[in-house]
Amino acid sequence: QEVSVEVLDHLEHLALVDFRDSEGVERLQKAIQFADQLHEVNTDGVEPMDLVLEDRWCLYLREDDVTEGNCTKELLENAREKVEEYFVAPPGNIPLPKLEERDTFLQSS
Amino acid sequence: GTLTHGLRSQVSAALKEGRVTPTELCQRCLALIKSTKFLNAYITVAEETALKQAEESEDRYKKGQPLGILDGIPIAVKDNFNTAGIETTCASNMLKGYISPYNATVVQKLLDQGAVLLGKTNLDEFAMGSGSTDGVFGPVRNPWSYSRQYKEKSVPKSHSEDKEFNWVITGGSSGGSAAAVSSFTCFAAIGSDTGGSTRNPAAHCGVVGLKPTYGLISRHGLIPLVNSMDVPGILTRCVDDAAVLLGSLAGHDPKDSTTVQDNFKPFDLPDLTDVSKLSIGIPKEYRAPGLSSEILALWSKAADLFKNAGAKVVEVSLPHTRYSIVCYHVLCTAEVASNMARFDGLEYGHRSDTKESTESMYAATRREGFNDVVRGRILSGNYFLLKQNYEKYFVKAQKVRRLIANDFVEVFRSGVDILLTPTTLSDAAPYLEFIREDNRTRSAQDDILTQAANMAGLPAINVPTALSERGLPVGLQFIGRSFQEQQLLTVAKWFEKQVQFPTIELEEVKRHDNGVFQHQKSASFS
Repeated sequence: QEVSVEVLDHLEHLALVDFRDSEGVERLQKAIQFADQLHEVNTDGVEPMDLVLEDRWCLYLREDDVTEGNCTKELLENAREKVEEYFVAPPGNIPLPKLEERDTFLQSS
Repeated sequence: GTLTHGLRSQVSAALKEGRVTPTELCQRCLALIKSTKFLNAYITVAEETALKQAEESEDRYKKGQPLGILDGIPIAVKDNFNTAGIETTCASNMLKGYISPYNATVVQKLLDQGAVLLGKTNLDEFAMGSGSTDGVFGPVRNPWSYSRQYKEKSVPKSHSEDKEFNWVITGGSSGGSAAAVSSFTCFAAIGSDTGGSTRNPAAHCGVVGLKPTYGLISRHGLIPLVNSMDVPGILTRCVDDAAVLLGSLAGHDPKDSTTVQDNFKPFDLPDLTDVSKLSIGIPKEYRAPGLSSEILALWSKAADLFKNAGAKVVEVSLPHTRYSIVCYHVLCTAEVASNMARFDGLEYGHRSDTKESTESMYAATRREGFNDVVRGRILSGNYFLLKQNYEKYFVKAQKVRRLIANDFVEVFRSGVDILLTPTTLSDAAPYLEFIREDNRTRSAQDDILTQAANMAGLPAINVPTALSERGLPVGLQFIGRSFQEQQLLTVAKWFEKQVQFPTIELEEVKRHDNGVFQHQKSASFS
């Protein structure tokens, strides 16, 4: 059962990572095939496990107290483009080009 | 010479008594790192800061006020842990040039106890892989490739001087850390373990590799792969040293809410003499397809060793073992897809020059920054997380995870104390052979014996056991009950003493260690 071009395109949009070539798509197909083995296991009545060793301890929330901060300078140091205390991004709200207009190999498939 | 000493038993004492100084130790390690550069174990060597730390340690020793057993001890850290002021790359183009603004908790703890941070070790890109061959700085070479033990077993002998000959991999993804410890350039190293990334290279490099119980050691500052499975790993040359490191690193960290709040008490390991009260479980499903007959025989011999010493050795079953790797594959890729979303070029790391839009900049940055392996996992993970697939794959995998974890609970409940299994399917493969299969296939094959412990959150340790017919290290794995590291390490130490794994014989180390090698008895085990 092959993955449709629409789903492949959708994945590229969601992940903001491209398949690059047919090898990439094949890799996904193989990954899905591999994962399908899970359906051989009977999991009736089994609860999904979020946290391992959950009977020993549980996640907690701490009090909303400010315990650290004031490190603007350090946080900005690793950014390539910044202005004053802002990270600079190119214009937003411009969606990636549609499949037909994009420079992705999926065009040719 | 001092470089080959065990930490606790010898080097710490030597430092205290002034027989060697922290700066001498540091300088020797730095010199050895230089002369073993062909191993490619280190990405960054922090020479200046290391020497400074060594000097400060020396002052403390002179005043008779060392901070503890780790004061002045040279340590290496895998390059996916943040280290303030030192580049942290995860062996990826995405983080080349990224200078961490803070120390990971484990790094901070080591520094607070006076350890000397020699540098950052090489790995598979973003810790994805089982060979330490897929990072942007190139593959790590197993020091055993250059050992007398391996060379005398390989044909033709004329290759012994040629460093380009058929060297073998370290395993991964913490290969750099394993190689660093194995080649004596540091006394201990920190790795990470998500599916076996500390134990696998430990087995191939002939060192002790400990994966602690999930929640025992803080992950704060460890660049995450799979939040529900990652743990910092400990690599040392003997089990006692692993206990020392564990003692200094374990404990609740308010900065990592997944660390348990129980008070952790560091412990010494007793010298076990009576194993008659011990029950060792041999999981039959770990006789995996592809397991070499050599390792199968070694495993069997180890079981007999325990039996002959009076322990109860029983065959047990972990029925969901064969689904473990599939389950891991889905959960891992799903969490990776989520964790890698932070790399967009805006706040740190690589940034593409594309300026049309935020989205196109993000996409280009990620295309340029990540290798195929990482991108492949992100895409697979996103597939499994799609609305139409979420229940079918992700939630299903979480259910299977519970079944896998329960298998272990049942076995431990039946009276078994420790499980004994192989760590790897075979000894280290030559690099040229290893790269013929792709990363995902290799990982699926190689993780099979190690990742169930990550699924269940249990502690596990690789103990070097014997040399293979090719003269390469083979290790065996012990898996313990959650938070029972003391018992696990005590048994591991007993086993280590029985097998007397041989010391690696490396030319470079001989030269730097001022003299005669510490010859240990050859493995009485193989």
